[in-house]
Amino acid sequence: MDKTVASPADAVADIPDGASVMIGGFGGSGAPIELIHALIDAGPKNLTVINNNAGNGQVGLAAMIEAGMVAKLICSFPKSKDPRAFTERYLAGGIELELVPQGTLAERIRAGGAGIPAFYTPTSFGTDLAQDKPTAEFDGRGYVQERWLKADYSLVKAETADRHGNLTYRAAGRNFGPLMCAAAAVSIVQATRIVAPGEIDPEQVVTPGIFVKRLVRVEAPQQEEELNRAEAVYP
Amino acid sequence: MTDIASTKLSNAQIAWRAAQDIEDGAYVNLGIGFPEMVARYQVEGRQAIYHTENGILDFGPAPTEGEEDWDLINAGKKAVTLNPGAAFFHHADSFAMVRGGHLDVAILGAFEVAETGDLANWSTGRGGVPAVGGAMDLVHGAKRVAVITDHVTKTGAPKLVERCSLPLTGVACVTRVYTSLAVVDIEGGRFVLREKLAAISLGDLQAVTGATLHTDGPVADLIVPEL
Repeated sequence: MDKTVASPADAVADIPDGASVMIGGFGGSGAPIELIHALIDAGPKNLTVINNNAGNGQVGLAAMIEAGMVAKLICSFPKSKDPRAFTERYLAGGIELELVPQGTLAERIRAGGAGIPAFYTPTSFGTDLAQDKPTAEFDGRGYVQERWLKADYSLVKAETADRHGNLTYRAAGRNFGPLMCAAAAVSIVQATRIVAPGEIDPEQVVTPGIFVKRLVRVEAPQQEEELNRAEAVYP
Repeated sequence: MTDIASTKLSNAQIAWRAAQDIEDGAYVNLGIGFPEMVARYQVEGRQAIYHTENGILDFGPAPTEGEEDWDLINAGKKAVTLNPGAAFFHHADSFAMVRGGHLDVAILGAFEVAETGDLANWSTGRGGVPAVGGAMDLVHGAKRVAVITDHVTKTGAPKLVERCSLPLTGVACVTRVYTSLAVVDIEGGRFVLREKLAAISLGDLQAVTGATLHTDGPVADLIVPEL
C-alpha cells in the first residue's frame, strides 16, 4: 500500500466546484500552506471551508478567500492580526459565515468522523448561538443539541507519515488534524517526511492510516506567521 | 465619595490577587489577553499547570525574540515554550479537558457579569464580524470559573449587574469576580462581597455596582502589593 501522490497539485486536482473542504490549523500552527496554495492554483469555486479561523494576511486561507473561492466559512474565530480578506467580503455580504464555538466545532468534526450524528453539549446553552437548536436537560443542567460535521475533503499538515498514512504531528500543529482526517471522505495530508511502513513506532502513531487517503511530501513546509512577517502575497 | 480612578487596582494587581487563589497542583486555563497576566504572579512554592485550548498542557513563558516556533503557540496565537512534562493533544481532547470538568480553574475577562453568574464577554452586540473562539466552552466544566475585570467600564458604568445587557457567553457559570475594587463571590444568585479596598466605603462600592452586594460574614480588606 502506498498513498503517496507526486505533488500538492496532484493531491488536490480533483476537488470540484461546490465541495466542502476542512482545513487543519489553528491560526498558522499546523496550517497546510502548500496544499492550500495548490488548491488556489487549481481554482475551484463556491467552496464551503471549515477552519478554526478565517485566514491572516495574504497567504494560505486568506489568499483563498481573496481569490473568491469560498462561498461559506464554518469557523469559531474569524479574526486575526490581518483579517482583511475575510472581513471585507463578509461585511459586503460576499461570504456566508457559520460561527461555531471552538470546542463545539472540534466535537462536531470528531462526531462526523466517528459516525455520531448529534450530541448534547453545555456550550452555548442560553446564548444567541443556541438559537433554533434543540435543547434538553440532563441531571438538572441545560444542554444544546449539535450535529456532526463532515466534508468531502480535508487538507491536513503532519510531520512524519508512513506510506500507509500513519501520522505524527509537530507540537501544537496537531490541533484539528486527527479530527479532520477522520471526518472527510477524502483526507489529503502533507507531511515533512514520508517513511516506509514500520519506521514509525506503532506506540507513537497519532492518526492511524485508515483515516488518511492521500499523502504528499512537503519537505520544508512554510509557516503562515513567517510568510506574514515577510509580507508575502499568494499567488 | 472616594476618587475611584486613583484608588483602584491596576490590571497587574487584579491579576496578582487572582493568582493567590490558584492552588498547588491546579490545572488552569487563562483566557487570552488580560487573564494571561495571572501566570506572572504564580505564588512561589506552588506549581500550576496551564492549559491552552489549541492543544498544550504545561506551557511556559514566551521564548526570546527570534527563537519562536510558530507551531508552538497559545490560544492568543503568541509563541510559548514548554515546561518539562508538557503534553500535546488534538482539539477534541482539549475541549474534553474543558467541558469534562478536568480543569480546576478558568479565568476570563468580562464585559458584564450578572448576580446570577451569567457572563457576557464575547460580543458587544454592535455588528461587525462576530467571533467566539473557546469562550463559550471555557465557562462550562472548570471547577471554578473566575472573572478578572475593572469594576466599571471606561465610561464608569457598572460591570457587575443584575442582568447582562450584552449577548451572553454562558448562563450561571461564574463563581468569583476579582475587580479593581473588590473580590465578590456569586452564590445562590447573589453577589456576596468577600474583600474590598480599605479606602472605599461599602456605600461607595455599592454605588458603582449594578446589583446588590450582600455580605455573609466579615468583609476583608483587599490588600495587594505595589507591582
